[in-house]
Amino acid sequence: MYKGKRIVAFAVVFCAVVLMPFWANAFGASASSGPEVSTDTPAINQMDEKQCVAETEYMKGSHMQLLDQWRTDVVRNGSREYTSDSGQVYEKSLDGTCLGCHSNKEEFCDACHDYAGVDLYCWDCHDGSAS
Amino acid sequence: MKIAIPLALTALLAALAWAGTEYLGLQVLFGIVVPYVAVACFVIGFVFRLVNWGRSAVPFRIPTTCGQQKSLPWIKQNKIENPSSFAGVVGRMLLEVLVFRSLFRNTKTEKRGDKLGVGSAKWLWLGALVFHWSFLLIIVRHLRFFLDPVPAFLAGIDGADAFLQVGLPLLYITDLTIVAALTFLFIRRVVVPRVRYLSLPNDFFPLFLIIGVVLAGVAMRYVFRIDLVGVKEMTMGLVTLHPAIVDGVGAIFYVHLFLASALIAYFPFSKLMHAGGIVLSPTRNAANDSRMVRHVNPWNPDVKVHTYAEYEDEYKDKMAKAGLPLDAE
Amino acid sequence: MANQVIPENELLDFTYDLPKTDWMHTPVEFKPGMYCHGAKEKTVEAVGMPNGHAWSPADEDWHLPEGWKETVLNGMQSLMGKYRSFKLFMDVCVRCGACADKCHFYMASGDPKNMPVVRAELLRSVYRRYFTLSGKMFGELVGARDLTEDVIKEWYYYFFQCTECRRCSVFCPYGIDQAEITMMGRELLNLLGLNTEWIAGPVANCYNKGNHVGLEPQTIMSNVEFMMEDLEEITGKTYRPSFNRKGAEILFVVPSGDLYAEPGTHTFMGYIMLLEELGLDYTLSTYASEGGNFGFFTANDMAKRLNAKMYAEAKRLGVKWMLGGECGHMWRLVNQYMDTWNGPADFLEVPVSPVTGTRFENASATKMVHITEFTADLLYHDKIKVDPSRNDHLVVTYHDSCNTARAMGLLEEPRYIINKVCNNFHEMAEETIREKTLCCGSGAGLNAGENMELRMRGGFPRAQAVRQVRDAYGVNTLANICAIDRAAFPALMDYWVPGTRVTGVHELVGNALVLEGEGERTLDLRLQELPRKPKPASADAASGEGADHVQG
Repeated sequence: MYKGKRIVAFAVVFCAVVLMPFWANAFGASASSGPEVSTDTPAINQMDEKQCVAETEYMKGSHMQLLDQWRTDVVRNGSREYTSDSGQVYEKSLDGTCLGCHSNKEEFCDACHDYAGVDLYCWDCHDGSAS
Repeated sequence: MKIAIPLALTALLAALAWAGTEYLGLQVLFGIVVPYVAVACFVIGFVFRLVNWGRSAVPFRIPTTCGQQKSLPWIKQNKIENPSSFAGVVGRMLLEVLVFRSLFRNTKTEKRGDKLGVGSAKWLWLGALVFHWSFLLIIVRHLRFFLDPVPAFLAGIDGADAFLQVGLPLLYITDLTIVAALTFLFIRRVVVPRVRYLSLPNDFFPLFLIIGVVLAGVAMRYVFRIDLVGVKEMTMGLVTLHPAIVDGVGAIFYVHLFLASALIAYFPFSKLMHAGGIVLSPTRNAANDSRMVRHVNPWNPDVKVHTYAEYEDEYKDKMAKAGLPLDAE
Repeated sequence: MANQVIPENELLDFTYDLPKTDWMHTPVEFKPGMYCHGAKEKTVEAVGMPNGHAWSPADEDWHLPEGWKETVLNGMQSLMGKYRSFKLFMDVCVRCGACADKCHFYMASGDPKNMPVVRAELLRSVYRRYFTLSGKMFGELVGARDLTEDVIKEWYYYFFQCTECRRCSVFCPYGIDQAEITMMGRELLNLLGLNTEWIAGPVANCYNKGNHVGLEPQTIMSNVEFMMEDLEEITGKTYRPSFNRKGAEILFVVPSGDLYAEPGTHTFMGYIMLLEELGLDYTLSTYASEGGNFGFFTANDMAKRLNAKMYAEAKRLGVKWMLGGECGHMWRLVNQYMDTWNGPADFLEVPVSPVTGTRFENASATKMVHITEFTADLLYHDKIKVDPSRNDHLVVTYHDSCNTARAMGLLEEPRYIINKVCNNFHEMAEETIREKTLCCGSGAGLNAGENMELRMRGGFPRAQAVRQVRDAYGVNTLANICAIDRAAFPALMDYWVPGTRVTGVHELVGNALVLEGEGERTLDLRLQELPRKPKPASADAASGEGADHVQG
């Protein structure tokens, strides 16, 4: 090879960069085996029927839409009551309703958000503790 | 035809992944086997191409000089566009790679009656630059699926990219710009007659592949809102060599993954290798110093030359008559 | 030949509209005036190049040698090993089209196969078909095609419609250089004995006689004698430049065009006045009487064989360093090839100007200095006296020759000189000078007679730029530092911008140079009356254009 050293160096850098996820996980901080989401809080444990404001599947994929809607309703329209599909009425409140049950923000909210590297701005205003 | 075939091929690939995972249960194939094969193709193929180029000699220094040479001390040299040192070459390469210096020179020639007019034409430069930088940022952003814990700087990039705080999930600026840039590059190839004329099917195919990857990605995030945690469990499985299929991750994810796999597997066999090639380009990566430093050609041939002795022998009478000195006396 | 060219308005009667059929399915059509005669068997054989045979580009059957296909494919294989540029440029083009309208031949013909990218595809398509996996498997779908006799014809037509000017390479985001691809294409054609007579002839001349135009030693001496007689008439001084003199300090090599015909000879007179006035210890050579190198337009080995004479002669004569005249591709080769081919020049010393003491560090390996570097250095140090008003009848613009601009970067030196020796200098449009300079349309061996239409077309963008400065500033003189320019521009200017004088930079220097003990000069180097020093009521204002362009 001509100018072989430079080309080999280039190839090595290329491989190192492209395969970074592989070696970073092999040699770096050990990866977790996925988020461990806990619903083990006093409030939830007290519930007879463990029931959120909507179906789990919906909450998993769309909780941010719900929260966004709640915020708009409360701040813009002064509407504070949310009636779930099961007919139960909740207060539209992150601190009161959500964190009231899920008082373990770190094991619940953060577990997934940190794992998936989701950048969110809820905690820019809310401090994450139940009120 | 040169548009229809690559378009159909791309659509077929997307449909394969969709049907394969939605109806045929081929999750292992599309979620594990194909990605590994694609990465292997990409890395091995890319290195092979580099080495293959490297095996060809660089017999001469042939930089295209685009500025004043280094000559007399009082004449200002253009050290970047006509480098005479390694540092200058590095500067020139960085400008080429990072901001597409040469493309920035682009002009447009038009014929008006019996005159040629030359106008500014920076759109190609802008479109190419926006596309490549958006792509790079998107790839960097994707590292959050391959690293656990996610490094803080990635969250910073993510936040910056989403800083408009529009929509939920937050809209990425790079998603907008890459779609815009790809649309421009595609339309340009179709609408500008000259560019359409010189385009080949293999110019459209990677363009469609990339558009496909981007659209599937965008749909995944903004339309289907697939199970992010499930996706990350799969991607982490891949990069920690403990691959596993997570149920309930939608088919659109497999479409995205399959098209991306197809893109990187195709990469080394295609014009996409310009990414590696530019660094080796002899008209850009060499210093214009061959009058100062001898450059050696490894295969410099021995050639037969017409020697002075032969010349004098042929013309000695005429030379003598013309009063020219001769060696032979 | 020149007067057979079709009228100007017809030449420009073309559009950039594209044909309905794509290029791969549009057979090449040999249009008279757009290509050169084929090389004759005996010309090719005179220098031992392969497969010389009787053929003509206009014929249906080119009588390609037996096994021509293998010859070409093996040739490609070999070139790919020898030139990374070739392999890389075959592989990395993305067909962005940035180069498409940068080629003067495309700009002034509208022939889509003259877009550099398509001209390269002519070769690339064959490369893909035989040397890439995808090409072998998918053929036309990935832009691959079979090598046929028609492809060879197409190569011949279009690789001799490229002047290797490298302008496309400036605009290419990967630096893909059509000059390099054309060189490879021509090298392959040469394997089949296919070349133009206009190139092969000068190559044979240069190999055997020492220069392209075929001047034998006694002819060189008598040509020089004529020029020196003219100089005596102009300056009253007697000059006897030496040739083949051993022990001189400097070997001076010029393009043979400067020894042969106007306006090159005027440039030569300028060189000699300057060197003699300085009292330099220099000599020229009849053996190495060619700075240019048409071998470069055939094959690498041939170019090396011709170039070898320069160092060989420097060594034989025992000079310390070399000085080179105004020539374009000569300087591409001196700058980028000579030392690699025929060096190391360890028998020479790093050039030092005996007048200013300046050490030319930029030539420390090749030991060869460009005369505009040398002269600019003299002027900067005020070592020569010049009277720029002697060039007042000339309103000058400067054409960067492709090779000195894009394969060297010699941009400021000639401009510095022109500004010192002329009072009226105007640049052409920014997109037509320096690294973006437009070719004369006749480089790389295309300055023949039978392809005059091609030359007039290829030179049109440059001529248009000249016309613009003529209209804006009254420019009447096109200065350059290239022998092909001096040979090609007169016809081009006659056609597009009549009345424009074509001159080497050192002709302007010679005009302005104030000689020791010289009286008032009345004639310029063309033996034409100089404009008188401005006397208030002089009726001499009619000087300048018009009658200037008489040549011999």
